[in-house]
Amino acid sequence: MGDTVDQFFVTLQQWIASHTPVGLQPVISTVLAVIAILGVFALLFAMTTVLERKGLGRIQNRYGPNRVGPWGFLQPIADGIKSLTKEDLVPRGADKTVHLLAPILLVLAAFTLFAVLPLGRNMVLVNLDAGVLFFFAVSSVMEVAIFMAGWSSGNKYSMLGAMRAVAQMISYEVPLILASVTVIMAASSLSTVGIVERQAGYTGVLPHWFLFTPWGFAGFFLFMVSATAESNRSPFDLPEGESEIIAGYFTEYSGFKFALFFLGEYLGMFAISGLGITLFLGGWSAPFSFLTWIPSYFWFFAKLLVMIVMFIWIRGTLPRLRMDQLMNFAWKFMLPMALINLVNAGVWHFLPHGVLRWLLCGGLVAVSYVVLGRGLTQGWKLEKRIYRFAE
Amino acid sequence: MLGEGIAKGLVETARNFFGSYVNKDRLTTVQYPEQRLPQIEATRDFPFLVYDGDDWQAGMRCVACQICEKECPPKCIFIEKSKDKKADAVGKPQFYPAVFNIDVSVCMSCQICVEVCPFEAIKMDTEYELSTDDRFCGLLWEKERLSKPNEHYRRIHPTDAAVSDALLAEEKAKVEAKAKAANETKTNPTVSNTTPADSGVPSA
Repeated sequence: MGDTVDQFFVTLQQWIASHTPVGLQPVISTVLAVIAILGVFALLFAMTTVLERKGLGRIQNRYGPNRVGPWGFLQPIADGIKSLTKEDLVPRGADKTVHLLAPILLVLAAFTLFAVLPLGRNMVLVNLDAGVLFFFAVSSVMEVAIFMAGWSSGNKYSMLGAMRAVAQMISYEVPLILASVTVIMAASSLSTVGIVERQAGYTGVLPHWFLFTPWGFAGFFLFMVSATAESNRSPFDLPEGESEIIAGYFTEYSGFKFALFFLGEYLGMFAISGLGITLFLGGWSAPFSFLTWIPSYFWFFAKLLVMIVMFIWIRGTLPRLRMDQLMNFAWKFMLPMALINLVNAGVWHFLPHGVLRWLLCGGLVAVSYVVLGRGLTQGWKLEKRIYRFAE
Repeated sequence: MLGEGIAKGLVETARNFFGSYVNKDRLTTVQYPEQRLPQIEATRDFPFLVYDGDDWQAGMRCVACQICEKECPPKCIFIEKSKDKKADAVGKPQFYPAVFNIDVSVCMSCQICVEVCPFEAIKMDTEYELSTDDRFCGLLWEKERLSKPNEHYRRIHPTDAAVSDALLAEEKAKVEAKAKAANETKTNPTVSNTTPADSGVPSA
């Protein structure tokens, strides 16, 4: 019984495909899965826009949108109609082809990322042996799309915004990938399906998620902070700084193209959270062994929802980071932490199971955090200015 | 330690979030149009003409002195004097406005017209939901639209209305006393022509 509910969508896909000619069946079943992914994540995007606005509103002691539909939950429909009916302006000095292609490329890349995420047991679109590598390669295409957007606008502020965005994304790719390398080392596999299956066991009640190891804990936080920076989300949203350079690299976009940018950004956020869930939070596995009767896809989306709520919470709490603060943080704190984490993961792997390995690895994480944190914050103290050549 | 401030901030925002559901005082939003902010007594939006009694044309206090028209900074008042006269608020026969237009889209609610009016005829209303879809004449208000009874004035500005009523009552009493004195001299020609007010002047 539990198994049928868990495999419901897989069996549904197979049933529909069985009604088509044999030669076409692989194509049809893949197309069905693609349609399902497109539909589900577009709906999740709509839901997230409302959740974000209402969540931020409540954090700021006000109601969010509450006019359209019950408690404002049909707001995305109104937003969609608005963005579809706005005039599509292309600046005279803009490079028309690139201006058109940039949002399309962003959305394409963002949707492609979902191909390697296992959304449930046996529910991955493509089981690549190098799934994680594919993911990082395609997420770099998103950076190219953002640069195309800034360049093609023919506006120096958009160009600046795009350059800052790309600099930010490149600097945060390094700790992102280094944090993932620890997981790859522990799971000895680049395949997302393999990584999830390594975490799907239980000792007693507790799961084998990589989050519950010292290096996994540190790695998860490194990964999520880098993910926030990768998706240009607060507090790292300087490139799109709403109150500064209007909308940065997508200032010159209006109407549907703007909506596509929004869609692409949010999808990127979902995809990278999805990867974080796959790598550190055990993908579709339940948190306790007595909860495995709840279907696997439910757990994946529940974890994704928790990630989204965390993103919204952080957005409502933290002020925006300046460009230099952002870069300092990436290169002077995150990168050394990620490297030490690598060593940590190796030590964990080779020590025998027991208290010693917990103490050693946990201590290494704590010490490096405190020392690096102190090093980072010391640079913030203002000193008395000395004008050397004036004396 | 790094991250301490962030953690405290996160706790604060979480408290705000959950508090907004539990504690209604946190949400200060007034859900217009289901709710409205209460207005203070001294609220002013656009002028209206006061009339006494039931007939807005007979009871109108305005005597078309045109002082408000001249003092209005954006010149949004337009007055045309009538040819005949009618009794004003205190009983004296005065001209009245044949045309009294205020262009509300120009009016800046400065209340100067109210301050300079010697006849307590024009006062500030408190209505602000005045949207109209007639872009030519919808916001050009004429005499009839502008006239509102004294009861309305008493309701929206009780303190000011009390002062205004007292002033008018005093004026009316003076006028009536004068008329009475004039009547008495007409019927009794032997009584000296000096008015009671002159008795204070030392006789030469």
